[in-house]
Amino acid sequence: MTLDLEMAEIAKVFFQESREGLDVMESGLLSLGATADTENINTIFRAAHSIKGGSATFGFAEVADFTHGVETLLDQMRNGVRPVTPEAIQTLLQACDCLREMVAATEAEKPLDKDRIAALNADITHILGERPKQAPTPGAPGGAADAGAAQPAAAGSAAADQPCGWRIAFEPVIDLLRVRNEPTRMFAELNSLGAFTARADVSRLPPLDELDPESCYLSWNIEIAGQIPRARLDEVFDWVDSGCRLDIVPIGSSAPPAAEPLASATAPLPANLAVSADARTPPAEAQRGPASGTPVQKTAGESGSIRVATEKVDNIINLVGELLITQSMLSGFADGIDPDDLDRLRQGLSQLARNTRELQESVMQIRMLPISFAFNRFPRIVHDLSRKLGKKVELKLSGEGTELDKTVLEKISDPLVHLVRNALDHGLETPDRRLAAGKHDSGTLELAAFHEGGNIIIEVRDDGAGLNKAKILQKARERALIAPDQDLSDEQIDNLIFMPGFSTAEQVSDVSGRGVGMDVVRRNINDLGGHVQISSKEGVGSTIRIRLPLTLAILDGQLVRVGKEVYVISLLAIVETIQVARERVNTLAGRTEVFRLRDEYLPVVKLCDQFGVEPDSRNATDGLLVVVEADGKRAGVLVDDLLAQQQVVIKSLESNFKSVSGIAGATILGDGTVALIIDVPDFIREAVKRSGGALTAHAA
Amino acid sequence: MVKRILAVDDSASMRQMVLFTLQGAGYEVLQACDGVEALDMARTSTVDLVLTDVHMPRMDGITLVRELRTLPNYKFVPMLILTTESSQEKKMDGKSAGATGWIVKPFNPPQLLATVARVI
Repeated sequence: MTLDLEMAEIAKVFFQESREGLDVMESGLLSLGATADTENINTIFRAAHSIKGGSATFGFAEVADFTHGVETLLDQMRNGVRPVTPEAIQTLLQACDCLREMVAATEAEKPLDKDRIAALNADITHILGERPKQAPTPGAPGGAADAGAAQPAAAGSAAADQPCGWRIAFEPVIDLLRVRNEPTRMFAELNSLGAFTARADVSRLPPLDELDPESCYLSWNIEIAGQIPRARLDEVFDWVDSGCRLDIVPIGSSAPPAAEPLASATAPLPANLAVSADARTPPAEAQRGPASGTPVQKTAGESGSIRVATEKVDNIINLVGELLITQSMLSGFADGIDPDDLDRLRQGLSQLARNTRELQESVMQIRMLPISFAFNRFPRIVHDLSRKLGKKVELKLSGEGTELDKTVLEKISDPLVHLVRNALDHGLETPDRRLAAGKHDSGTLELAAFHEGGNIIIEVRDDGAGLNKAKILQKARERALIAPDQDLSDEQIDNLIFMPGFSTAEQVSDVSGRGVGMDVVRRNINDLGGHVQISSKEGVGSTIRIRLPLTLAILDGQLVRVGKEVYVISLLAIVETIQVARERVNTLAGRTEVFRLRDEYLPVVKLCDQFGVEPDSRNATDGLLVVVEADGKRAGVLVDDLLAQQQVVIKSLESNFKSVSGIAGATILGDGTVALIIDVPDFIREAVKRSGGALTAHAA
Repeated sequence: MVKRILAVDDSASMRQMVLFTLQGAGYEVLQACDGVEALDMARTSTVDLVLTDVHMPRMDGITLVRELRTLPNYKFVPMLILTTESSQEKKMDGKSAGATGWIVKPFNPPQLLATVARVI
């Protein structure tokens, strides 16, 4: 039946919610180190509590069992019974990790890492001061396994030799009705269990003028026949047995009757019950009228967000792109039309253009996510790493709300982690070294994100030792990354660390030296159409600055023409465009041409040769040289003419054709022709390779 | 007349489970994610039953029950708290705050319906 299906759907919500809860726990635990305030612990506790409750409800007993220990520990902490120690926090953080994996495994229906769970369970029980043997194991009592344990333990003995009936004396608390415990409902329940008679005892009834209609003065003597387990009766009286007098004896036993049956009226529905019921109804009805329009639903996304599959959004973005193309096609078409209609057509088209652009922008917004999605993992990473390295670090985040494209966000995450690890490992000093250098013993690591001229800038700043320029220079010469006699500015030296094959770490540590160098970081960022740069001052610290495009779906492009073909070059990559003067073009060893731009030699890439197109002229001096930059290197791209600058919608060449080296994608122009988008970093790499290593040192 | 139930829980999955179960059984369900929101709703609408979780941000379930009992319209409305089997203490807290009874977590849809049927 659909129940299981529905429950499976709701379980998905539970998984998502658990992940969010674990994030809450993690960030709460991380800030707990600084201040052990009660509200914070309460929040962490509630998250754990919800995960436990949910996992038990949806039948994930292992998760529920494991969370039970975590919850118990947190409960003790928030009640002040258990001190909040760094060790306990560490264990709880590990428990979060473990739970995250358990939730993921449960969702994927994969086996759980039982050893790890058991080990952590042992840690938690150890903190709780219990013998590890008592660690709840799956299936054992202590968690979801005793879901049926709602009944009090009293059930046991009576069940063995069931009597043939029960005699119950029930004298409820006088407030019974005020909390809406209806004796009639309880009696109906009893009646469903077996043949039932109740006799009301009215001895407590006061005179009418003293009677409070909301109080319950009655008590009852009940007899119920049938082989009924005692537990079933306890269940009926479960909610009312505190404070009242309740004697349940099996029929045939010698226990004395609980109360003398004074009145003989067999009154299953005493008068005062009816009174109270009536008293309740009218005001309730009266209130109903104006309240009918009350807002009701408040579903999962409290922040007012919806989850949409990326695929769907991409589809819309694609369509909007097509719309943009159609619009620019129409604009082109308008140029050759009867002048009388032209004005109105132009007006309509410009309106279409504006609407299309607005539509596009708002659709693109859907893909935008705050960078906090990438930043949020850093408190934990920094916490763990600084512990491991024995360093004190204060992490400062700013601009978490800055939004960027989901794809860019996902792809920038790993390079960022690498940069942060590097800063902690190599940048920040140990506390004693910091003190010796006259600094505060705790280092500062800042992650900042902000907008700058249509780009996103992410900065990773540390106030550590900075880069050792002498060492970098030495290393670069050792590895022949630069010419032995080459003169470099400080900035150029710093940026050598992004060169392939460069690593200053004296020994590879397991923190930052995983064979992934800064060159990979730079390549990843370049592949996103971004740019990375470092500036550093010895003894003061380093700043790594990453510039990223807002999105990968649209590019601010410069259209260039070679012969009859049109290509697109990203405006971000273009440094300048110049007329070529003959005396500045030199031919290096064989056929490679270089161009002298001020005091720098640029390899020249002729698009015509690259793509086999017939240009207007093969003479370099007749064309224009577009100077492009990526990876800190420059090259000149020779083209016949510069055309318009416009935003182009990037179409993947890979998914429509195949990946081509030197081409980042394609776009469709207003006239319907396809223009290839030039992959500038790739182009420069190729050009530099062809021109030999001699030019590589001209780092920007 | 369709009975109306106010379900209060900070966990979206629990709310959905409760919502799905109760709606499936023909009840009308209002939802709130904490005590403060529930209390606001209660001031403008009447219901036949309140189901509330205990641990919630801003206002917990016990306080909610106590507050609701002070509202004239809620004086006699049955209120059930959702609690874990371990917290006998919570049950008693709930009781003294004015709760009618409790549902022990974890529960499945049939258990929930059976318990609800005991009070409305």
